[in-house]
Amino acid sequence: MNPKVKKSNYDLFWKSTYFVIIVLSILVLWYATKEVEYVWRWYRVPQYFIADVEVNIRAEIEGEVARIERSEDTVRITVAGRNGEKETYPAPAGDVRVYEGDFIFPGDVLAAYEETRPGILLQGLWLTLKVSFIAIVFGILIGLLGGLARVSRNPCMRWLSITYIEFIRGSPLLVQIYLWYFVFGTIINNLLAEQGFSPISSLWYGVASLAIFAGAYVAEIVRAGIQSIHRGQTEAARSLGMNYIQSMTHVILPQAMRRILPPLAGQFISLIKDSSLLGIIAIRELTKATREVVTTSLQPYELWFVCAVLYLILTFSLSMFVQYLERRTLI
Amino acid sequence: MIDVRNLSKTFLAPHEVRALHNINTSIEAAEVVVVIGPSGSGKSTFIRCLNHLETPDEGGHIYIDGKDVLDSKTDINKVRAEVGMVFQSFNLFPHKTVLENVTLAQRVVRKRPKAQAREKALALLNKVGIGDKASSYPDQLSGGQQQRVAIARALAMDPKVMLFDEPTSALDPEMIGEVLEAMKTLAKEGMTMVVVTHEMGFAREVADRVIFMDQGAIVEEGPPEHFFTTPDHERTKLFLSQIL
Repeated sequence: MNPKVKKSNYDLFWKSTYFVIIVLSILVLWYATKEVEYVWRWYRVPQYFIADVEVNIRAEIEGEVARIERSEDTVRITVAGRNGEKETYPAPAGDVRVYEGDFIFPGDVLAAYEETRPGILLQGLWLTLKVSFIAIVFGILIGLLGGLARVSRNPCMRWLSITYIEFIRGSPLLVQIYLWYFVFGTIINNLLAEQGFSPISSLWYGVASLAIFAGAYVAEIVRAGIQSIHRGQTEAARSLGMNYIQSMTHVILPQAMRRILPPLAGQFISLIKDSSLLGIIAIRELTKATREVVTTSLQPYELWFVCAVLYLILTFSLSMFVQYLERRTLI
Repeated sequence: MIDVRNLSKTFLAPHEVRALHNINTSIEAAEVVVVIGPSGSGKSTFIRCLNHLETPDEGGHIYIDGKDVLDSKTDINKVRAEVGMVFQSFNLFPHKTVLENVTLAQRVVRKRPKAQAREKALALLNKVGIGDKASSYPDQLSGGQQQRVAIARALAMDPKVMLFDEPTSALDPEMIGEVLEAMKTLAKEGMTMVVVTHEMGFAREVADRVIFMDQGAIVEEGPPEHFFTTPDHERTKLFLSQIL
């Protein structure tokens, strides 16, 4: 038999098997949820991404509606108080809830309009993206310095780096987040308050814990990358009269970078996923946002799947981006 | 030009080895000195000490152009800029083109303007016969071509001395000639050269002086005619009988 035909039959069979397994898994899950009488309501999910919110315009003083001026698409409602004061409230035309001459109290709704806002899941996704991005930028900086210190000949630098790396890698991220929030955060905010500054929000303690956690792993990746470059490269650079910094920036690091990229991508994918722990210090990132929505909507099945897929989109985009960088640095 | 006084080197790891034992010699300007000897005789260690790629034991001195290379007060980077080195395994920068390999140190160390560095690089690449490969990357070149790029890279710094550490040992036989040819041209132009090599033909033809090393010490040194025909020491005679 023609080996080519044989090969394509083989491929076709196993590729089909793959798809059958995937479809079967989904079906089994679906039937299982039917068995526990779960009602899938996917149509209720989009409102957590983009929500139409009713915004009420309320009176701030007690008095009488003196005048309602309507123009093309806006309306101006003027309320005259008992002591002669006047307040004017602009609003989009449409849903005006009062008439001229009505007597109103503070807090009464004068008009209402609908506004489209990002829903809680989208807000959570954005916060996850923001926290991860800042943590990655600082993680790279910390990791680069840590890695260079790790291969330094200076024992103080080297030991500092080793201490940092071992401490961070040796304790759970969850514990480090608590440390940042409850210990360092409290100390720093108290000191700031004594000096008359406003406190730093928990978001930044979250970012700090993630960046410093990732930095330790990045430092080890950078060290391995530098040490994987043949000693002859340093010798050649130094023999030409370049100093340590020059040979690092022009010769060693550009070559190390190419080998560092794949493990670095893995590290930052972990970081994005680890940011889900920040919910415990009241940062409403994607996981915490999902948890909140689940409590109110009682649709856990759909929402947790959506949450997982949103993380997948973030991590997959990052890994695509790094693959693109890798291709670009190839010669 | 180069003055070596009481140079010793002991490797401590993985176990203690006395690589160099009390070396004394001096090399004049425009002199071509070829260092030969059996493997493990310390000739590579010797040449690597000259630009402080190896740190010798306390008490020795190496003066290049009057500056003590081993003194911690000497700016070693300034000394190295004046001392070109060519390695056995070329050690070209694989992420840079041939042209960038030759211009990098000119730009970074000598602070030459881009155009001037480029002009200098192209002239040197033409001189060693690979001007047409300027935009290639090192791994697209043959070993002989790579080694000639390495020579051009070292020459671009306008060194006063050139050190060659077994420059042809990693090459296929048919490529050795082209590299030796480039080195011969350099010697004729009056470059001060220290060459560690196994190429006895080159030593005979080009060297002003041959140094024979064994077990970390200089056994014998002298002009090549004398050295290859009537050596003084038994050890030298034995070595020559084995390789010639």
